[in-house]
Amino acid sequence: MSEEHVPTGGREGGHKQAGGGLGMLAAGFVLAIVVGWLLYPAIVMSSKPQPINFNHKAHGAEGAGLACDGCHTFREDGSFAGIPKLDNCIQCHESAQGESPDEAKLVEQYVTPNKEIPWLSYSYQPLCVFFSHAAHVKMAQLECTTCHEDMSKSSSSPPVKVYRISGYSKNTMSMEACEDCHAEKGTSNACFVCHK
Amino acid sequence: MSEHHEVASKEKYGMVIDLDKCTGCGACTVSCLSENNHYVREDESDKLRSVAWMKVYKVTNGEPFPNTKVAFIPRPCMHCDHHTPCVSVCPVMATDYNPLTGIVSQIYTRCIGCRYCVGACPYHARYFNWWDPVWPEGMHKLLNPDMSPRMRGVVEKCSFCNHRLQKAKDKAYVEGRRDLKDGEYVTACAEACPTRAITFGNMKDPESAVAKLIKSPGAFRLLEKLGTQPKVYYLSNESWIRESGDNALGRKKTARPA
Repeated sequence: MSEEHVPTGGREGGHKQAGGGLGMLAAGFVLAIVVGWLLYPAIVMSSKPQPINFNHKAHGAEGAGLACDGCHTFREDGSFAGIPKLDNCIQCHESAQGESPDEAKLVEQYVTPNKEIPWLSYSYQPLCVFFSHAAHVKMAQLECTTCHEDMSKSSSSPPVKVYRISGYSKNTMSMEACEDCHAEKGTSNACFVCHK
Repeated sequence: MSEHHEVASKEKYGMVIDLDKCTGCGACTVSCLSENNHYVREDESDKLRSVAWMKVYKVTNGEPFPNTKVAFIPRPCMHCDHHTPCVSVCPVMATDYNPLTGIVSQIYTRCIGCRYCVGACPYHARYFNWWDPVWPEGMHKLLNPDMSPRMRGVVEKCSFCNHRLQKAKDKAYVEGRRDLKDGEYVTACAEACPTRAITFGNMKDPESAVAKLIKSPGAFRLLEKLGTQPKVYYLSNESWIRESGDNALGRKKTARPA
């Protein structure tokens, strides 16, 4: 109303606004991080636990001494068997060897009733993609860890994250990643090399 | 474009169909439909909308009875080697020519459904999906997991059963080989043909059955005058059948490959 009020109030208010502004900025930053890192992934991805908390570390070089292809094998027709069947587990775990609760669960719920474990796959391709493990492992001599996480250091199975709308796994390799490596190694990027 | 095609590759797949052996039974069409996860519409009477990657055409010599002669021409995708018409017109690279195998691809997830390729194909080998596929209850269990199903709004065509090539290669890799033996990779139609009229194989392998049959005197291709160099060859000892393969030529004799 009065002309004196406006500049004084404006000056005082300016200091307050600067402090409040920083606070707002910090709050906004925290909010953005919470939404971006915690809420958003929970909204777009479903998270399913594995039936058994599998310990890769205990089975690998630091434990039972198995290599990746000790359990993840090729079939005779050239296809990759992927996640092993219960038969593989029974070879060593007909009865419990240790005291881990997950091993007890394996014997009780799956080995004794001879029921396949409903493992969930972390890495799978969409329906229109053909991925040949034989071409990459047998011919190109790539290590498993080139594309997959190094499981020999992991002692637990994290939950499987799947995008709710597309149904793709969080670990699904992007076409760009495939193409980049093919281009680098001089392998063909023609559509029908990978698509079906 | 053929100038980009010339790469060092030991493979180029092709098909030879002996029309004198073909009885028009349609087993090739049926095996193709089943191998490649086709569905059947409730009413298939509108044949313009029917999808058949391997379609059997009937031709006659046009003579009145008793001189009428009939032949059947099974028509898959020709996988044209030169200026592949569909590849030339596709605006989104949903179809390409694989210089390693000579197979012309179709990527359903990339196709935008503009249907330029359908118009460009001189052999009517391309089909548009007007509807999403619907399988009767329980029939999805019979689907082939090696072949992706198509959705509404995309174009599809014969792939020379490329998924069978992928599987055959996998088997070879595990056995430590890169090259396939003749007969390791054949299409579903060639396998199903009861009279063995369809032969499939690597045309670049001089010992393969296909490479030998292509050189037979009765070999011809459809619409050769267009210069698209189809990789599907036909055999017939009947000159009127060979002439009908190039129908627009009218009364002229069909040019034979050298």
